[in-house]
Amino acid sequence: MNDSTVGTLRPKKNQILTLWMRNQLADGSLRDDLMSNDDLRAQSVELLDCLFDTLTDDTLTMPDAPSLSPLIDQLTNISMSRARQGFTPRETGLYVFSLKDALLEMLRHERKDDPNLLLTETMRISKFIDSLGIVTFESFIQGREEVILRQTDEMTEIATPVVQIWDGILAMPLIGTLDSSRALVVMENLLQEIVRTGSGIAILDISGVPTVDSMVAQHLIKTVNATRLMGAECIISGIRAEIAQTIVHLGIDLSHVVTKATMASALKHAFGTLRIEVNKSAARSV
Amino acid sequence: MPIPATIEVLTSETFAILEGSHVIQLTGQIRQQASQMGMSLLDQTKLSTAASELARNILVHGGEGKAQLECIRSNSKIGIRLLFSDRGPGIANVEQAMQPGFSTGIGMGLGLSGAKQLADEFHLTSVVGEGTTVTILKWVND
Ligand SMILES: Nc1ncnc2c1ncn2[C@@H]1O[C@H](COP(=O)(O)OP(=O)(O)OP(=O)(O)O)[C@@H](O)[C@H]1O
Ligand SMILES: [Mg+2]
Repeated sequence: MNDSTVGTLRPKKNQILTLWMRNQLADGSLRDDLMSNDDLRAQSVELLDCLFDTLTDDTLTMPDAPSLSPLIDQLTNISMSRARQGFTPRETGLYVFSLKDALLEMLRHERKDDPNLLLTETMRISKFIDSLGIVTFESFIQGREEVILRQTDEMTEIATPVVQIWDGILAMPLIGTLDSSRALVVMENLLQEIVRTGSGIAILDISGVPTVDSMVAQHLIKTVNATRLMGAECIISGIRAEIAQTIVHLGIDLSHVVTKATMASALKHAFGTLRIEVNKSAARSV
Repeated sequence: MPIPATIEVLTSETFAILEGSHVIQLTGQIRQQASQMGMSLLDQTKLSTAASELARNILVHGGEGKAQLECIRSNSKIGIRLLFSDRGPGIANVEQAMQPGFSTGIGMGLGLSGAKQLADEFHLTSVVGEGTTVTILKWVND
């Protein structure tokens, strides 16, 4: 009898693959919508090849060993790509843990005459796969964080559009938190568009800003002052009732700023300033 | 105003305040908690705005610190208590720092005075060279 654990399992690679695939396919949470069974099989073959290429009886108890890094790298890539694809942590975890079942099932068959050895080896394999499980979760979370970070970056970019809503009137709906770096982008974009379009009025709508504290207020006031220096007027709209009251309690003075509850009332104000009259036509022409 | 001793802490959660995104996360968490407890939209906004001021003070003046979010009960009232603490330079003249408009930095100097106005209770202790702790409290339907 072969008393090397890895040496015993290695020749049984194909059978282990079959068991592992059976375990994965049997699980109710299998996402065949995100990954076809063929792809899943190919990925599993690759990982199993890498496992038996790198693993020895020694490294079985040393999951941090440098010689295992190809295996760890491969696993890291798999779980990061699963995170990006939208797999749940449960599905991703099951991928690795179902391998444990397959290995142990094979081992139980091979070691049926030596329960003591089986116990020792079961513990070792179990511990080894557990540490692979930890790697899987770490990289899964890292993958998710990268997704979130990318979305945040995209949001900062798209969340500061300046739109011309009328000849001479610009509107900038702000959505999300206005921190110092974003406030700077907002101000730059707005001033640039005022110059480019020759607009006389800019409406800064803060309906989508969750918190207006003294820092946000300071940024808004700075933006209003800067637009004035360009010879334009800046109206702040979308000040909800609870925000208005909070601003007053904070002691922020917005009396020299034109503020409106809604974008519509700001537009009306702008029409007044520019002496634009908008009328409903009396009758529809036939 | 001293905080009454008969307060029972129902839940408590601590958040690290190390960077700007932590302030945003914290205020979001407070809003969610406050709305779950049935706090009015106005009071939610007041509390989360006060929290934003105090958490930002930690970053701007204290370096880094933490915020503790507690759901509390006293007699028949429930509310939220927030503790902000840092091990920064501390405040030498608290009375001056509490003045609306006073700032040693480039801010408007409205954070501390504003947070006091927005909360039902406000308590500040600071030791120069050791750090600053600010506690605020807001009751539901007070
Ligand atoms: N955690 C702290 N540690 C040390 N000093 C503080 C702390 N919090 C506030 N201070 C001091 O108190 C002053 C007043 O604080 P306050 O929050 O009212 O205004 P600010 O932070 O300067 O400006 P604003 O909050 O309006 O942007 C600060 O300028 C600072 O000197
Ligand atoms: Mg402040």
